[in-house]
Amino acid sequence: MSVLIFAELDEGKIKKSSQEAIFYGAKVAEMTGTSATAIIVGAADDSELSSAGRFGATKVLHAADAKLTEPNGMAYATVVAAAAQQEGSKVIVLAKSSLADAMTARLAGKLKAGLAANVIELPDLSNGFRVKSSIYTGKAFAYNDLKADVKILAIKKNTITPEEKDASAPVEAFTPALSEGDFVISVKSTEKSSGDILLPEADLVVSAGRGLKGPENWGIVEDLAKALHAATACSKPVSDLDWRPHSEHVGQTGLKISPNLYIACGISGAIQHLAGVNSSKVIVVINKDPEAPFFKSADYGIVGDVFDVIPRLTKAVKAL
Amino acid sequence: MKILVCVTSVPDTTTKIAFTDNNTKLNKAGVTFITGPYDDYALARAVELKEKTGASITVLNVGEADSEPVIRKCLAIGADDAIRVNAEPTDAYFVAEQIAAIAQKTNYDLILMGRESIDYNGGQVHGIVGEMLDIPSISPVMQLDLDGDTAKITREIEGGKESLEAKLPLVLGCQEPIAEWKIPNMRGIMTARTKPLTVVEPTGTDKLTTVASYELPAPRGAVKMIPADQAETLIQLLHTEAKII
Repeated sequence: MSVLIFAELDEGKIKKSSQEAIFYGAKVAEMTGTSATAIIVGAADDSELSSAGRFGATKVLHAADAKLTEPNGMAYATVVAAAAQQEGSKVIVLAKSSLADAMTARLAGKLKAGLAANVIELPDLSNGFRVKSSIYTGKAFAYNDLKADVKILAIKKNTITPEEKDASAPVEAFTPALSEGDFVISVKSTEKSSGDILLPEADLVVSAGRGLKGPENWGIVEDLAKALHAATACSKPVSDLDWRPHSEHVGQTGLKISPNLYIACGISGAIQHLAGVNSSKVIVVINKDPEAPFFKSADYGIVGDVFDVIPRLTKAVKAL
Repeated sequence: MKILVCVTSVPDTTTKIAFTDNNTKLNKAGVTFITGPYDDYALARAVELKEKTGASITVLNVGEADSEPVIRKCLAIGADDAIRVNAEPTDAYFVAEQIAAIAQKTNYDLILMGRESIDYNGGQVHGIVGEMLDIPSISPVMQLDLDGDTAKITREIEGGKESLEAKLPLVLGCQEPIAEWKIPNMRGIMTARTKPLTVVEPTGTDKLTTVASYELPAPRGAVKMIPADQAETLIQLLHTEAKII
């Protein structure tokens, strides 16, 4: 009857967002008087796997079939469905991501599960099973009643702050039956910027818009991001102009992010841009136009020239 | 080649969201409804494929009567016929079930839709449909080319993209830059009026999730302005006041 958490790996390490999901799942287990089991798919060493215990998992199922090394939503859904069946899990928790999204939908189809995406709080169990989620691209919230026997909660970043404890979870090998049908999509090549902080995972984000005037000026944005250990992001016009890759575009039709800090440089703050970032804890806006609408949604603002202000901020960060 | 394009009718991206009836319903007063922006990309790519290979395009909407203007616009852009499943599209499994039921009657080579609807943002319907029909699902798709019955696809992943290949039939969740949005021309608008739009009643399960109520975010506190010549103060405030760096 345990709560099952799908914990995702990135280069053999449990992703930060998945640590949050494990902690969330362990809290739900506490509320429902059960235990929390993490299912981890792909190659990772035992000490990394058992570190799920630090966030509240009391057992780790590890599916290490060589065929599962490459992320594959369809095959991963088969694995997680089998794990849910073995554990008798009625609640499945995971952190939203590109892989998790592909996996979750297939899983919901397999288990006929009630699914809540973009969950932002622990469930309310006082009358059924109710969860709060972000809708209308962050412009509103919904309180969802999950009525199916199996429930899947896809949580948004910064839903809960994990507390670590000194514990390690026992790891069990998990070898469910996989079918050929799980591997009909073939991956030909992958282009991924390596070494950078992944934008959806980042706690701090430095973002820039057309105010930077051209892609050749992004050095100052990258310098500030580097000094802060932040990820870089951009507005839609910047990605449309090909100044920056589409994977950096935040907003209504790009990524929706919820970091601790979002610094917007030279972005006016159209409602479509705000939709993608308004769940950030703290928003800083730097713009030379004092009338830029973004200032109304900011916590801190500087009216000034980005080419002057950004390098000075970088210097100040380095001096901390 | 038969293509099914599933579209949503959603509030325009500039809408200021408000609720009514004790926060249980969207206040539709003054709201302009549009085709989901991601669905628009799916439709545009379908029309391009039709122009190239002579495909037929059916538009499918799970929605109430007030989504018909959006459906007519899709017909004006180049879809051949349309089906509306007469139901409120509020639960991903329920909506997927309606799409799968329609798809089971006709063998579509491609089922295209947006990566997510911009109202509930679940981004799950395509995957559930794929599971129900036992065919592959891929999202978010940025590029789609066909070589016989093989689809060559570029999908966005965190921090990059991957190139994939899979055999038809497929379900795809689409996003930019798969195609340029299309604007209906006068001839399209005229012919759309007489293209068939069939309304069917929903089938299958009760909804697995329902919304009890809605809520708007609490407004942010007042912005603290820092003079540009003291920009360094910002870093101090983020460190000592906001305590996030």
